[in-house]
Amino acid sequence: MLKEGQIRIPSGCAIAAIIDKKGNKINGSEIIKSISLMHDRSNGLGGGFAAYGIYPDHKDENAFHVFYDNVEARKTCEEFLFKHFNIDVAERIPTKPVPSIDLGPDIWRYFGKANRVRMKTSRLDEDEYVAQCVTKVNNSIEGAYIFSSGKNMGCFKAVGYPEDVGEFYMLDRYEAYLWTAHGRFPTNTPGWWGGAHPFNILDWSIVHNGEISSYDTNRRYIEQFGYICTMQTDTEVITYLFDHLLRHHNLPIEVAADVLTAPEWDEIDRMPEDKKEYFTTLRAIYSGALVNGPFSVILGSNKGLLAINDRLKLRSLTAAIKGDRAYFASEESAIRIICPDPDKVWSVSGAEPVFIPLEIEEEVDE
Amino acid sequence: MINYIPRRFTVIRDKDKCVNCGCCVRQCSNECHYFDDDGKTVLCNSNTCVACHRCVDLCPTGALRIEKYVCDYNENANWTPQYQQEICRQANTGSTLLSAMGTPKPYPIYWDHILLNASQVTNPSIDPLREPMETRAILGRKPEKLEADKKGKTTTKMPPQIIIETPIMFSAMSFGSISLNAQKSLAMAAKELGTLFNTGEGGLHPDLYNLSDYAVVQVASGRFGVHKDYLKNSKCIEIKIGQGAKPGIGGHLPGEKVNVEVSNARMIPEGSDAISPAPHHDIYSIEDLRQLIWSLKQLTDNKKPVSVKIAAVHNVSAIASGCARAGADIIVIDGFRGGTGAAPTRIRDNVGIPIELALAAADQRLRDEGIRSTVSLVAAGSFRCSSDIVKAIALGADACYVASAPLIAMGCHMCGTCNTGKCNWGIATQRPELTKRLNPEIAHKRVINLITAWTHEIKEIMGGMGINSIDSLRGNRLMLRGIGLSEKELEILGIKHAGE
Repeated sequence: MLKEGQIRIPSGCAIAAIIDKKGNKINGSEIIKSISLMHDRSNGLGGGFAAYGIYPDHKDENAFHVFYDNVEARKTCEEFLFKHFNIDVAERIPTKPVPSIDLGPDIWRYFGKANRVRMKTSRLDEDEYVAQCVTKVNNSIEGAYIFSSGKNMGCFKAVGYPEDVGEFYMLDRYEAYLWTAHGRFPTNTPGWWGGAHPFNILDWSIVHNGEISSYDTNRRYIEQFGYICTMQTDTEVITYLFDHLLRHHNLPIEVAADVLTAPEWDEIDRMPEDKKEYFTTLRAIYSGALVNGPFSVILGSNKGLLAINDRLKLRSLTAAIKGDRAYFASEESAIRIICPDPDKVWSVSGAEPVFIPLEIEEEVDE
Repeated sequence: MINYIPRRFTVIRDKDKCVNCGCCVRQCSNECHYFDDDGKTVLCNSNTCVACHRCVDLCPTGALRIEKYVCDYNENANWTPQYQQEICRQANTGSTLLSAMGTPKPYPIYWDHILLNASQVTNPSIDPLREPMETRAILGRKPEKLEADKKGKTTTKMPPQIIIETPIMFSAMSFGSISLNAQKSLAMAAKELGTLFNTGEGGLHPDLYNLSDYAVVQVASGRFGVHKDYLKNSKCIEIKIGQGAKPGIGGHLPGEKVNVEVSNARMIPEGSDAISPAPHHDIYSIEDLRQLIWSLKQLTDNKKPVSVKIAAVHNVSAIASGCARAGADIIVIDGFRGGTGAAPTRIRDNVGIPIELALAAADQRLRDEGIRSTVSLVAAGSFRCSSDIVKAIALGADACYVASAPLIAMGCHMCGTCNTGKCNWGIATQRPELTKRLNPEIAHKRVINLITAWTHEIKEIMGGMGINSIDSLRGNRLMLRGIGLSEKELEILGIKHAGE
């Protein structure tokens, strides 16, 4: 059987997220409680979490989370990482055995800064350097897969139900100001750990529910710019679209969201002149980046949390606010179980992105 | 006789039904039908019948029928009757063989070997009667990225763009090759449909000035009808380098078709042959093309997108990429099954490649070079129905040009004798008694009906795929599967085989 990346596997899902706007920490048990309520939306073939603010001691270093299929892969990958980064810490990610989760890959994490000499020689900025190194490992080292590479954040994922994955990684020992979670319902998969979500590149992580019908249009658009969609998943292509628009085209996050979920022409034609021009230009330039078909997407980043829903509202996504915290989930019940009395609850509408910015900038060492 | 060529058809007249009204006599410009010496009985001579069905259609009693005339030759798979007849014809005249319409040869038609996808369970199909279904396309040069500091406002200066409400445009057919009534019908339909028609290299007749907002005006190698106002009164300027039906050669409108109206529109003397040279004599290289594009843009204050139309030839993808880099805003690729008013038979039937392969290769090449999103790609060269169009867009086209299909909607029966100028349906002729048979008021409505019907079908197919915007169909090759194609063909088309 072909694994993810060799074949395109559609899947349905459950998603959930929490953010504290002021940057106060939330324990991992909260998000596990939320996603586990939507147990029936997953089928045990993939679960995962992204957590922001969990590595304050290493906040200026990239945290690489890596799956290894064998020792050989680890040796080759470590050789590469040690050459391209000044690695401070190399350790196995602590896990505890959970009966429902089969023996998987060897899971390691590394903290390190980009090797400045190599970076300067390559004439790339730091983000591009890191992104290219990750792509290089994932495309060329058989049996090694970097599934998380951001700073002061990390993804944790496995083949299993999300609540079991949370227990496996002992996420109740992590404190984050932003959590996203994903439970997967692939229609056909051999179950590969790397295929679970969230999908991550640099500080961006994506959880996604749906099966986009514009997949190949989006893939062929983004591959023009050097991205290679090795996983053949919707989540991967959506992540790359965001990465490209935000990092290469310098678009504000709300504008990038407009690109993916642009309003319909009927609506645009009725808008006031400046808005009409904005959306017409946007749709003309980025027709290949419009995402079509049912989807709800939560994009986590160190700048905040973005939730978008498809233009026809074919997939469910509920949002709630309570004080400094915002909650998102595929089902309202998954919010209410951890926040029984929200100030405001609403259904995220198609083509109306919700962005919750992180209001405090993380401290930056000069 | 040494030059015997069997006739092609026999006109069968049911004597019991024929009332000798003479309608067929008046209708047939090929003079098949005639009154007997008594002046009362209608007879026919089938030798000149081209099976255009005009007489059959108009016979008030339904007395007429056309039958294929069979005169058997010795069976020979190599020396078929057609080759023998063509040799006989050339032995008679010493001339190049001429043909009209697209090639009738049984080359592979890849559209018929591509199947479309639809949603089931994991992804809902969309009902186009209940949900918005967008077929609007925007053609023209696009900047690489949007300039926007905040949501809702952009500072991007867009080059001129063309908005079409359906991804179907009318391909180039000049006034001269077709009648003014035929061109007017297309222009009127284009206006109502929110799409474009194309003047070909025949200039723009003053009767169509009020429809120039829907006109693509061609600049071809003969430069017929090209002047400042012609270029300025247009939606788009198209430099015609080649035509799918006759790549590498020019055109020839015989002097007998150049009446006073045609001569005015083309700016040539009445009755003179209008000969378009094979190349543009100011374009001998890609850098020359760049200069022509640049001068046309200068002349029109950068207000008109400039398109370059090339025939689908072996190296089409590199040529398309060159055109994009030379400044073309829109690249039109015309496949070798495309139609023509007249082309040398040997060229039409042997030169060029199918649009499916050319389009797939060019789209991929532009993507490999990272410039596909900055230019528009239009496919031409025989689209017979809406699913052909859907497949072309999924292969990577922004829009498609159609010509034969709207002509059929106006009455054409594909008799393939446009070059004779005797079109009984008033389409490919300049004879006033024939052109007046085509009423633009009626014909343009039929064309609108056709394109509206196709657009409905495109929406239905898109809805089935779970797609509600043509933008998300464009280049979406996962929606396509090949059937009965070789590995190599699948590779070039960039699609998987059915079942994969």
